[in-house]
Amino acid sequence: MYVIVAGGGKVGFYLAKELVQQGNEVLIIEQDSRRATDIEAELGTIVMTGDACETTTLRDAGAERADLVAAVTGDDEDNLVICQVAKVRFHAGRTIARINNPKNADIFNRLGIDDTVSATDVVLSVIEQEIPQKHLVPILRLRNTDVEIVEAKIEEGSAVAGHRLKDVDLPDPSTIAVILREGTAIFPTMDTPILIGDELVAFTTSQNEGALRQALLG
Amino acid sequence: MFVMIMGCGRVGARVASLLSRAGHEVTILDTNSNAFRRLDPDFTGTTLVGNGVDVDVLRRAGIERADAFAAATQGDNRNVMAAQVARHIFGVPKVVSRIYDPLRQETFEMLGIETISPTVIGAESFLERLAPGLTGDQAPRESQDYPDTAATPR
Repeated sequence: MYVIVAGGGKVGFYLAKELVQQGNEVLIIEQDSRRATDIEAELGTIVMTGDACETTTLRDAGAERADLVAAVTGDDEDNLVICQVAKVRFHAGRTIARINNPKNADIFNRLGIDDTVSATDVVLSVIEQEIPQKHLVPILRLRNTDVEIVEAKIEEGSAVAGHRLKDVDLPDPSTIAVILREGTAIFPTMDTPILIGDELVAFTTSQNEGALRQALLG
Repeated sequence: MFVMIMGCGRVGARVASLLSRAGHEVTILDTNSNAFRRLDPDFTGTTLVGNGVDVDVLRRAGIERADAFAAATQGDNRNVMAAQVARHIFGVPKVVSRIYDPLRQETFEMLGIETISPTVIGAESFLERLAPGLTGDQAPRESQDYPDTAATPR
């Protein structure tokens, strides 16, 4: 796979390093020539000096044949423009933008970027999984759909504790995919009972999230 | 008409002041509160400190009811991002963005953003005075390589 990594900061550096180790063809585009020289000293001649927002830079980088363009500079707006130029001018395969503002995930998606990665969101979801709360913890939203994977911890007093899955009235559509119980993952059947302390991993839609929370946590 | 302007530099402040003087409702955004000093002393519009690429800031500024939006910060990418958000996410009917880099201007015209390039306009004005008859169409186009990309504003 040919991957263009736009931005040779820490994220770009380690991303490129991993991708090279996995056997991919990688090119880093870095604006600062001193930084580019430093990266080259460590990773070899896979660095190009230039502004990845420029049409000419992306052309020289071979964006037409790129399977993936990952824009990982520190600025959301720069990453948006890099991905858009790669898409609109060069029809690059997939575009991924790093974002700082989690609200840009939806916006970038609507502006044609295939994927976004937000460190803010990742840290936030780890924090949310740590805090015991009486709500569903969002794990992941499936790309370009409103399907979400959520987690619910069954506490004492929950209306579904002790019931078999078939006796639980789930909103349609939603599915309990996995039950995490004492460190093991159980793929439940309709006869599997739900116990206190279980962590249920469910697929649902954003509209059904409230109803699912109500059904499982009361 | 309710116009929102992002960036209170010389151009943004002047546009805001003139619109306000003509009786239009204006809200102007800048990340630096000092920038609002450039506004006309009789400016009657609203000033708001904040970053126009943040949807929360745009909402707070009332973008949902804006008739027009102008992106006039120093950053080309900031301008095109805010312009696209205004046009495509909030459906503002008239959106204009300043873009210094003529190469990027073409890309964003392709994305449906109306742009103004002071670089192109400025160069044409110079040409008119220096060599009347030579038009901007004869100036170097995108097919040429520009080795110096580092000086381009972002």
